[in-house]
Amino acid sequence: MSQAAAIHPVLDPVLAPPFPQAALPVLRNPQLRKNVAHAIDVIQAKRARLVAEKTDWQELRAAASAIRTHALENLGAYLEEFETRCTAAGGTVHWAADADEARRIVLDLLREENASDVIKIKTMTSAEIQLNPHLEAAGVNVFETDLAEIILQLGEEEPSHIVVPALHINRSQVREIFARRMGLKDLSDDPKALTAAARTYLRQKFLSIPTAISGANFLIAETGGVSVVESEGNGRMCLTLPRTMITLAGIEKVLPRFKDLEVMLQVLARSATGERMNPYTSLWTGVTPGDGPQRFHVILLDNGRSSILSKPKQRQTLKCIRCAACMNACPVYRQTGGHAYGSVYPGPIGAILTPQLMEMHHAQSLPFASSLCGACYEVCPVKINIPEVLLELRSQVVNQERKDFGRFVDPMYMGLRIANLLFSRAWLFHTSQLLGRIGLGFFTRKDGWIHSLPSVGSKWTQTRDLRGLPKQTFHGWWAARGPQPSPMPSREAK
Amino acid sequence: MRASLFITCYNDTLYPETGRAVVSLLERLGVQLEFHPKQTCCGQMHANTGFRGEAFSQAKRLVRLYQDTETVVIPSSSCVAMIRDQYPGLIEELGNDQLRREFAALLPRVYELSEFLVDRLGVEDVGAYFPHRVTYHASCHGVRALHLGERPYRLLAKVRGLDLAALPNTDRCCGFGGTFSVKNAEVSSAMLAVKLQDVVSTGAEFCTALDNSCLMHLGGAMHRQYAGMKTIHMAQILASTEAMPAEGFL
Repeated sequence: MSQAAAIHPVLDPVLAPPFPQAALPVLRNPQLRKNVAHAIDVIQAKRARLVAEKTDWQELRAAASAIRTHALENLGAYLEEFETRCTAAGGTVHWAADADEARRIVLDLLREENASDVIKIKTMTSAEIQLNPHLEAAGVNVFETDLAEIILQLGEEEPSHIVVPALHINRSQVREIFARRMGLKDLSDDPKALTAAARTYLRQKFLSIPTAISGANFLIAETGGVSVVESEGNGRMCLTLPRTMITLAGIEKVLPRFKDLEVMLQVLARSATGERMNPYTSLWTGVTPGDGPQRFHVILLDNGRSSILSKPKQRQTLKCIRCAACMNACPVYRQTGGHAYGSVYPGPIGAILTPQLMEMHHAQSLPFASSLCGACYEVCPVKINIPEVLLELRSQVVNQERKDFGRFVDPMYMGLRIANLLFSRAWLFHTSQLLGRIGLGFFTRKDGWIHSLPSVGSKWTQTRDLRGLPKQTFHGWWAARGPQPSPMPSREAK
Repeated sequence: MRASLFITCYNDTLYPETGRAVVSLLERLGVQLEFHPKQTCCGQMHANTGFRGEAFSQAKRLVRLYQDTETVVIPSSSCVAMIRDQYPGLIEELGNDQLRREFAALLPRVYELSEFLVDRLGVEDVGAYFPHRVTYHASCHGVRALHLGERPYRLLAKVRGLDLAALPNTDRCCGFGGTFSVKNAEVSSAMLAVKLQDVVSTGAEFCTALDNSCLMHLGGAMHRQYAGMKTIHMAQILASTEAMPAEGFL
């Protein structure tokens, strides 16, 4: 099962194989690794250039972090303020406790509209609740309008990144998908030709489908407004042409004041796409007669977020503004791309967000899918200390293991428990060094190196040698050296 | 000046030559070194693998052990990062006021080796001689946790005979990550392959760092692949002189 699941990635944390297993097919796929590394190297370089030109970048980060922290600490009040303002402006606010409820609200709204077709702006929140397959199963035809999402939808692929979801697919692969699904045999892989094909495909949807679904980058409590930022303008089409707009947003997306956008839009564009400003920033508040959708619904989705909010050490996870800078900077993500994370939220933020959304019942391998190098924290525009949260989640996973009988046969678990005992007394530690040297001696070759180890050690020696343990430890050498005279500069010539 | 050497558990066990080099280097610079015989481990491996309870006991033990020392020198950037970044949270959680005070007093006296040389002793030219082409792996904890910045480069620049080769993508992780290297062995190896490519591309004979854990990872791959390079802790380069070359320690 796991191999099939890994080849056709399952982005459902409940069903996905553990990260180390899910990463294997990707590591063996040169095309995919090249596509991912190339794409994120390009974005990273652009980001680095544009961040460097901001002399007050660290102050901006601090301001963005403070805004998000304040919003979360007063989330209940700001959500109620948003609801009041949005309703006053002619919108309807719905509250969804979980994915199931959110999907039911969307379906009910679509039935009220007699909608058999719906167009969508790119929204990862809808992917989180697996909205598309549920709508399709209920007989609703869903049409993605974001270029990357079209590629994924037509190619029956899964997103591997939250800002550029099709970054694992290169343009010759896009050409193949479009040619096959749009019936364009002579399509070239020239980006202009590809976008023209998408444009033709989309225009007809925009003009004929009166119902749209969007996500939200920000909800503004002060005005009841919603903001979506994007690069292509397809979102703007969805926000202006349809009769009915349904916006799905996580409850954490709220900002207290309109002026907070001044900070957030600066850090978001630079962090996400390496642009000074994103090409399309849409802001709308309720409904305006004669202008844009006349029916407007906002679904505020909890789906595990309140539970995260209630835990002080983990709360910072919800500061995330989905810029993806952390995954672009992550050396693990650079090798694996997004599918290995088994969730629509990959990379470092996914490694902390997904298991928490699953209330630590699934995706327990994800907190360990990091070398703790700290690159994610360094680039995060809202200063989420991702390594700190990773460690907190790791300790929760280990605390689950402590109650599991399987721990007694897990060499890693037992090794660390025993090591703890050995480190508690110097004489125990020194005895274990001696025994370790004798034990490893059986595996040490004449060249003084270990080339192959059993059990958990084989995980090291499958690609790396290990130098055999030296005859004398440092503390042994120190003790043998005995007391020294006070150091004199002349010692070096001895 | 007096300083106490915390050698770290893996240097003690796997890389005693690094410890001997630190002794040779610091005594040459007039430092009176002490070595607490009861020292074991800082708890980093436990803390980073999620064994927080176990990390508590290591942290408590280390703080108590070094409460009377003037200065602690540690030739491992990740162990210093453990003390600076993770101990405050652990000790706060333990909620023991006396321990909190002892730790607060100890923290400013804990130095990574290059910090100790540049910031505490105020030396950059340590009188070393190492006639080889060397590239420096900055290590994640050195770059992002300790912010060592230019210190290691300034120390290396003053080593006579040393030809320093710039390492491309120098702030990128080598893929070690402690237990990550076995829990996610394949991904770790993929990261290592990319890093090794950069390291080999410098044409250096030696790759150096201020952390033997990264070097164990890189060195393990170099040895496996007959890469024609070796790893060497920076302490061994800085200890090396015409009279007593680093090779003598290997």
